[in-house]
This record gives sequence, C-alpha cells and structure tokens, in this order.
Amino acid sequence: MITIAGAGLAGLASALELARRGASVRIFDPGDSPGSNSVARFAGGMLAPWCESECAGDEVLALGSVAADWWTQFTPVTRAGTLVLAPPRDRPELIRFARRTSGHAEVSATEIAKFEPALSTRFRHGLFFAQEAHLDPRRALRDLARAVQDLGVEICFGTKAPTDVDLDCTGIAAALPDLRAVRGEMAILHCPDISITRTLRLLHPRMPLYLVPRADGQFMIGATMIESASTRPPTVRSLTEMLSAAYTLHPGFAEASVIETGAGLRPAFPDNLPRIQREGGTIYLNGLYRHGFLLAPAMAARVATYLTGGTADEDIRERKTA
Amino acid sequence: MKLYNTEISVRLLLGTAQYPSPTSLTEAIQASECEVVTVSLRRETAQGSGAGFWKILRRTDCRILPNTAGCHSVSEAVTTAQMARDLFDTNWIKLEVIGHADTLQPDVFGLVEAARILCADGFEVFPYTTADLIVGERLLEAGCEVLMPWGAPIGSGQGLRDPDALRAMRAHFPDTPLIVDAGIGRPSDACQAMELGVDAVLLNTAVAKAGDPVGMARAMTQAIRAGRAGYLADPMEPRDMAVPSTPLLGMAELG
Repeated sequence: MITIAGAGLAGLASALELARRGASVRIFDPGDSPGSNSVARFAGGMLAPWCESECAGDEVLALGSVAADWWTQFTPVTRAGTLVLAPPRDRPELIRFARRTSGHAEVSATEIAKFEPALSTRFRHGLFFAQEAHLDPRRALRDLARAVQDLGVEICFGTKAPTDVDLDCTGIAAALPDLRAVRGEMAILHCPDISITRTLRLLHPRMPLYLVPRADGQFMIGATMIESASTRPPTVRSLTEMLSAAYTLHPGFAEASVIETGAGLRPAFPDNLPRIQREGGTIYLNGLYRHGFLLAPAMAARVATYLTGGTADEDIRERKTA
Repeated sequence: MKLYNTEISVRLLLGTAQYPSPTSLTEAIQASECEVVTVSLRRETAQGSGAGFWKILRRTDCRILPNTAGCHSVSEAVTTAQMARDLFDTNWIKLEVIGHADTLQPDVFGLVEAARILCADGFEVFPYTTADLIVGERLLEAGCEVLMPWGAPIGSGQGLRDPDALRAMRAHFPDTPLIVDAGIGRPSDACQAMELGVDAVLLNTAVAKAGDPVGMARAMTQAIRAGRAGYLADPMEPRDMAVPSTPLLGMAELG
C-alpha cells in the first residue's frame, strides 16, 4: 500500500500513475472534495508549453508536451491553440515573445478576425500557437479524482495524513527547505455576450494577462506573480490591472459580472522547476509552480516509476540532488 | 566609490524583479559582481510573507537597498520606507514617489518632501529623480547625499534620452555621487552614462528581461568598467574635420 498526502493535482496524478502500475494506493486530504484544498482550483488550466517556455526554458517544454494527451483520457480538453496579442504600442513585446518562443505562426488582422471574430479590427498583429490547449481546472480535478477512484484508489477526504506517508504532494504546506510561495490572484468573469473560444494572452510590460474561456459564458483571467505567502483576498491594485487588461482585449468586458476572485500560493523551488526528492522515508513531489496542469502528468509518471521499483536515470539524478 | 559610508567597488546596482527565477537572479548577481541590489517592497510582502524570496536574496551577500517602487504619494513612500527599515534592518532607502502612472515620472515635489521627512528620521536616502538641477539642489538640502537621475522612463530601455542634462548635472554636482537609474537597455547605454562621468548605474529590466540574464549582467559590468575607464582616461574631443593620424612630415618619397 502506497500512501499519499494531498489530493491536489500532484497527489491525484501520482495516484493514477501508481494505480496503473499495479500499486494499491490511499490518499489523505484535509479538504472535503477533489481539489477543494488545492491551489490548482485557481489555475488557468492552460496546457501551453510553448508560450511558457518564454521564461521557463526548454525543460518545461519537454515535460509539458505529453500533458494535453494525458488529460484527454479523463476530461474535456479544448485544443484550439493560444492567440498571443499586443496593442500596437506594445508591439516590441510581441517581437520579443516571438523571438523567445517556438511553435508559433505570425498572424495578421484578417487571421485574428477569422480565429476570433469578437476581436475583429481590434488587433493587427499576433502570434498563434496552434498546438496548445486548455481545460477547466475544477472539472479536471473532479474527473481525475473519479478516474483514480475507478482504479480502486481510496481517497480519504477530511482526513489528515499520517506523518510517515510514502509520497507527499501537499504543495506549499510541505515544510521543504527552499520551497517558497509565489502568490497568484485571479478572477472569473461572466460575459455571455462575448464569444471567445481559445486562450488569449495579452502582452503588456506592466500588466500581462491571460484569459481562458470556460463553459457557460465564463472566462478566467489571471494571474499575478508576487513573491509572497499572503493568502489574503486579491488586492484592488491587482484586480484593477487585470480587469483593465481584459477591457483592453475587448471593451465588452466592461459589462461582464465578476463572479469570483481568488488568490492562491504556487509552490516553487528557486529555479521554478518541479522536483522529486527524498526527505527521510518520504518522497516529495513539489514545486509545480505555475505549471501544475502542464507538468503534473510527466512528473507523476516519474514518481510512480520510481516508487514501483523502476529506475529511470533522471529519477535517480533528482533523488541525489535532494 | 562611497555611497553614504559604504565603499562600493563595482559601479552597478541591480534590481531584483522580473527574472525568470530566483536561481537566474542569483546567478546574474554573481556574474555582475555587484554588491548592492534593490528590492521593492509591497505591503503584503512586508509582513514577513515574502520570507522565501528574502532568504534567497540574503544568501547573495549583497547589501540590500529597499525601494519604494510603485508609491504614488509622500505618505505611502514614507510608510513603505519605514516598513523596509524594519524588515531589512537598514537605513538605506531608494526613494521613488511616482507622479504619473503611464510614464512613471518622479513627482519631484513629493520626492523632496518625502526625502526631507526620511532624512530627518535617520534614513540614508537614494532619490530617484529627473535630471533637473534645481530639484537636485533641493534634494541635497533635504539631506540626501546621493542623486539618482533617470536616463529614460523606468523599464523603457530607451537609453539616455538627455545626455546633456546628465553632463550638466555632473558639472553642477561634482562631489555628489550620481547614479543613473532607469532607462538603460543595452550595455552601450550603461557605458555612455559612465563616459559622461556619472558614478554608477542602477538597472533591472535590461538584465532581467534579456534572453540570457546572466550573460547580460556580465556584459553590463564590463560596459560600466569600460565607460568608467574611458571617462578617467580623458577622451579626445570630437572634431568636424578629418585629421590624419599618420604624420605627413617625413613621408617616404617613392619614385
């Protein structure tokens, strides 16, 4: 029996990969439902390794390339690509973004209008990342939990994990040296009048924004990146900037209802890359940072291979660096 | 070079925001050899909740110059400075009082007022100011012993928009340490500032947003060293006509 602390993204994905390798698994989580206690519920749900490689480097691209296929097994994944836009004044940001990433094509005003008619005439230049996708994080967490339970894994909600679990996936709650919190603030808008079908990123030197469409006329906008472990609700400054950026994307968002705002703490190591490491008798999978949905599948497979006795070279290396 | 009573050997002060990761920030600091880093303080990080990031910064052994970035009023800047003093245990403060949200121009009137309050309270103030001589005088009267004129708007990477103003500042304040703060985009901008005779350069975005922050940090320090050495070597004056560098006298008569 392999025991896991935390039924968030890392815990559920690891449980799934372990169960598939024939292990019997039990997860403990103090929350009352899948992801209720997890920072992943505030995520954008973007599966965007090419865009993320702008500042995250090639490792995120390599690890993240399997994510869209992996998630498709359990939950709806929208494979519509990402459209990266900038107002005319911020075109240098777009040029730089194009230089720092791969997997994109330059798109003109006509093409932008074809992809997203709602944005017609609003932007003249953009980048299209055709291979990127997105999902609904809360639905994905629920669907993944169900898939895990279908494989016979027991999820003990409302239960504190024993101290000597085999695998700790408790995110920022894990007391690991060098793990720090990077606060993110987000909002969910309801705006049935605007139809946007794919993830949009608005480049701006001071308030970059992403907008991810959800079902029923809802849009998630985010997210700030603040070196802070504060869990207080989003600040007026952050919300003002994000809402102004949404308004810049489309003035119709002025009429949107703000139906939710939230703040969560991303767990991150100093290089902002995830790690599998051993502390005493417990293996930790942590530091997914802003790439939870993107990197959880690859990291879960690695940790499961390690725990079930397989020894991929990379896993051993990671253990030694712990 | 002395900033207040601290001897600095590398004439680069590095900002700590916007790096791809804390690891790349610490590597950039090492590559630049800089001894002073600036850190912006938000209210929420002031209450100890930014501990993870502070811990990483402290390990770099750099002297920390907290700043009041993003403060738009005198009282906000003063409160932020006081929180920074408690948090970082330092009297140093890089004082920014922003007057305009779009250009991030300093509000020089608020700046002088805040500098007066903070200097009287025992702070050693590094004011982010324009290249205006009279504002500079007022800041010195308020108790500042360093002036930090802008090169161009913060984060714009435009280089020195008004080199003549910086030259005039150097002439007007021959004994006050001048640090060009903001607007540097490339190593040549930093080099030009040093050739004009300023004492140091403070920059952030140019390194943090470079494709290779570590390589750019190293390049900036090299450029700053070159510019300083060039200034000290007393460069020639430009002329509007060609002057042969080979003497005409004593040319060989061929044929």
